[in-house]
Amino acid sequence: MIYNDFTSGDSFIHRFDPRIKILIALFFSIITALSNKIPAILSFFVLAIILVLISKLKFKILFSRLTIVNIFILFIWFILPFSYPGKIVFHIGSLQASREGLINALEITLKYNAIILCNIALLSTNPIFQLTHAIRHLGAPDKFVHLFFLIHRYAFVIFDEYKCIRDALRARGFRPKTNFFTYRTYAYLVANLLLKSYERSEQVHRAMICRGFTGKYWVLEHFALKWRDIFVAITIFTAITTLAIIQWMKIL
Amino acid sequence: MDENIIIDIKRLSFGYPGKPELLDKFELRVKKGERLGIIGPNGCGKTTVFYLIMGLLKALHGTINILGRERSRENDFIEVRANIGFLFQDSDNQLFCPSIEEEIAFGPLNFGYKGHQVKDMIKEVLNTVGLDGYEKRIPYTLSGGEKRRLALATILVMKPKILLLDEPENGLDEDAVDKFVEILQEPGLSYIIISQNRDFLKRTTNTLYTIKQGRAIMAK
Repeated sequence: MIYNDFTSGDSFIHRFDPRIKILIALFFSIITALSNKIPAILSFFVLAIILVLISKLKFKILFSRLTIVNIFILFIWFILPFSYPGKIVFHIGSLQASREGLINALEITLKYNAIILCNIALLSTNPIFQLTHAIRHLGAPDKFVHLFFLIHRYAFVIFDEYKCIRDALRARGFRPKTNFFTYRTYAYLVANLLLKSYERSEQVHRAMICRGFTGKYWVLEHFALKWRDIFVAITIFTAITTLAIIQWMKIL
Repeated sequence: MDENIIIDIKRLSFGYPGKPELLDKFELRVKKGERLGIIGPNGCGKTTVFYLIMGLLKALHGTINILGRERSRENDFIEVRANIGFLFQDSDNQLFCPSIEEEIAFGPLNFGYKGHQVKDMIKEVLNTVGLDGYEKRIPYTLSGGEKRRLALATILVMKPKILLLDEPENGLDEDAVDKFVEILQEPGLSYIIISQNRDFLKRTTNTLYTIKQGRAIMAK
């Protein structure tokens, strides 16, 4: 589930204009993903850590989040070094690990973590409704804005419905086992949730129509860009661009 | 035509596809200041009547006159929705905005009110429903009773000519029901309440109907 664990802080990053944060996160993610030199990627990783430190996030929660996402990365370390051709560094039985494969796995790990850290530092430090407004102000289509917010809003409601059905199953003595009956019961549960979600979406739409909704999402309050925001934005954009130029001009 | 008549439904028929007719030559007339209750078993068509009044469903036969004009096409109902406040049975369906002030502002902004006007309207209506100072709170973190009052605020803010309340007391504890009833005591309100709870209807309405065989008849 989506919980607002990092939104309550009062760091400099928390107060930063969310529109700029989204743009920086996007720019950072694209440039980092396209980088292919270890020193450059390492610099982006350090930059992401600096952003995390400035935003004073709760480390315990942050590490637990990182651990979950790095489980996927672990598979890369099991596969990539042994499947990439290049200079052999070591071998386990008949499996040979190449230097290029190891470097590639390291690059992916650093890139992945840098992007996640930067996004957590910048985006999860805002409540979801501020982000919704920010993407609306950045000119995203209304349908996209609605999807973005309504998915978050009703994920909780549908999760509650799931808990309700699950508890009802338990109350009637259901114990999940590895058998056809269990699979069928779970299939019923998912089908039920889908139907309920569909019915709910119809009701929500009706409620919106009754309050004059015609497809346009109006905003009550507008963001005010401060000089401080512009200054910080220019600094971070310059840092990212400089790193990008240095690596692609083959200075590194 | 009597200007005090807000809703005038004549010989209305409606049935869901593949099912027998739910409403048959249904008639209902509601005047300004009336506080009307509709009681009846599940599936007798109570909520369907509200959907037809709001233009969310189309009648098969008959006429719906609202605010002195016959309403049949989608465009006719846009004016209706600005003047009739519909409180849904489940507040979670009605509350979808990220903050309470935006939740309340949703209707007025859709109907063209400006931001500064809306801010004043929000303050006033939050005071009416007893949620002063809740502007920045997140709707889905409220208690059931607070959610229901907020949902009411989102429709009261439009200063509707009449309210359609679909089982407003359902799922609320005694305190929350009392607070809700208190808000409904406000002078000048006109409303129709659908409910299964006779006591609640006794406290809030002065005329009681029931739906039998698709028609509204005065309840004992």
